[in-house]
Amino acid sequence: MPIADNAFATALTLIVTLDPTLLNIVRLSLQVSLSAVLIAALIGLPLGASLALWAFPGRGAVVVVLNAFMGLPPVVAGLMVYLMLSRAGPLGELGLLFTPTAMVIAQVVLVLPIVAALSRQHIEALLGEYREQLASFGLGRARMMPTLLWDARVALTTVVLAGFGRASAEVGAVLIVGGNIDGVTRVMTTAIALETNRGNLALALGLGLVLLLLVACVNAAAHLLGERARRQMG
Amino acid sequence: MNDLTQPGMPRTAVDPMLPLTLAGVGFAHRGQHLLHDIDLRLGAGRTLIMGPNGAGKSLLMRLCHGLLTPTSGTIRWNGRVPNPPLALRQAMVFQRPVLLKRSALANLTYVLAIRGCPRRQRKARAQAALERFGLAQLAQRPAPVLSGGEQQRLALARAWLLAPDVLFLDEPTSALDPAAIRAVEEAVDHFHHSGTKIVMTTHDLNQARRLADDVVFLNAGRLLEHSPAERFFAAPESSEAAAFVRGELPW
Repeated sequence: MPIADNAFATALTLIVTLDPTLLNIVRLSLQVSLSAVLIAALIGLPLGASLALWAFPGRGAVVVVLNAFMGLPPVVAGLMVYLMLSRAGPLGELGLLFTPTAMVIAQVVLVLPIVAALSRQHIEALLGEYREQLASFGLGRARMMPTLLWDARVALTTVVLAGFGRASAEVGAVLIVGGNIDGVTRVMTTAIALETNRGNLALALGLGLVLLLLVACVNAAAHLLGERARRQMG
Repeated sequence: MNDLTQPGMPRTAVDPMLPLTLAGVGFAHRGQHLLHDIDLRLGAGRTLIMGPNGAGKSLLMRLCHGLLTPTSGTIRWNGRVPNPPLALRQAMVFQRPVLLKRSALANLTYVLAIRGCPRRQRKARAQAALERFGLAQLAQRPAPVLSGGEQQRLALARAWLLAPDVLFLDEPTSALDPAAIRAVEEAVDHFHHSGTKIVMTTHDLNQARRLADDVVFLNAGRLLEHSPAERFFAAPESSEAAAFVRGELPW
């Protein structure tokens, strides 16, 4: 496979020499996905905990919808955000379409249900264990929340990382709302798709390797954090 | 207990909580009546709630502590309806101690934090409580990996920091070895001698003989007897209690 071999060698050269094009794409990808995950976590963790703590009419329906949205196809999420942000859409005046902000919004739509639904499950399990004791301490539901979020932190870290995996790996949503504009909204996954179509396998492969490396690093960090926390918490 | 009493916390001497009075208290769940018409008046001292499995001992305790609400009847603390400030003057230790997934020390600083103890005082108070309950060397160990007896003593140390006027203990020694049982009983004695009202359930007749000032005997959700411990063990009034004292559990 001489072409592939050659592409692989060129890809490695791009990475080792810190090619500016490649670095820009990686930087923007991280910027978009990390922002999306941060926002999704800030909303999703308390939302999941609230769903575990409070019973209200329609709670079951909310849980079902959240669970269903965990499998939301990225292109559908992209389309929804596109319709909201397009000139004729309700938020069209903001002029966000084809900007990194639009990509962050689309990824938040994708990641939020994962973070909220999975954190609800973890918090609900922990609440089953803690409820009577925390009630005995005189804590109401709102004051139980920080305790539950903190004590479930290992599981919740994994949840947030699963969200990051989803955000960093998806193509459809960012392609639709970002437009894959060179130097503006081009991220790793959209660039890989484009460069493969154009036959520029070296750059595609280089980006693919960086993406793999990134995912491996994130998982290794999660594993180490988890092990450390398990040692501390028994 | 004064050395660990939190500043500003109301205490029995100035604002008595007892007697605890239950009038016609019943509890039903999903159409099943689990407790019937309990009339009870508890004063100071150590009250042991006894009875066979399913008698409603733990349920009665949860109702008294406010973790459950009776479906009929009333509960009064020195004539007052249960309310949050009164609930904060009580503590409960469960059969399987519920400890946070943190170090032994952090479990104790946690309760001080939620009760508004200044941050700079928490560690010293928590360490003093660990020492009092023989757990000082385990301060940094994760609470979930402690032995059953150590976990129960940690739960008692945590309750100690809450400086409760009333302490509920739900079969605190049921899964412990004799040495651990002795340690828990000593801890219960600490509470008793510091003026804390003890309400405890147990299956262990010998333990009840050692600890009880008065005994509440339940069977099948009904209160059959409430009498001083000596009288209960020497001459129980009901045939069910007599059978229970002889070791023949009525079914």
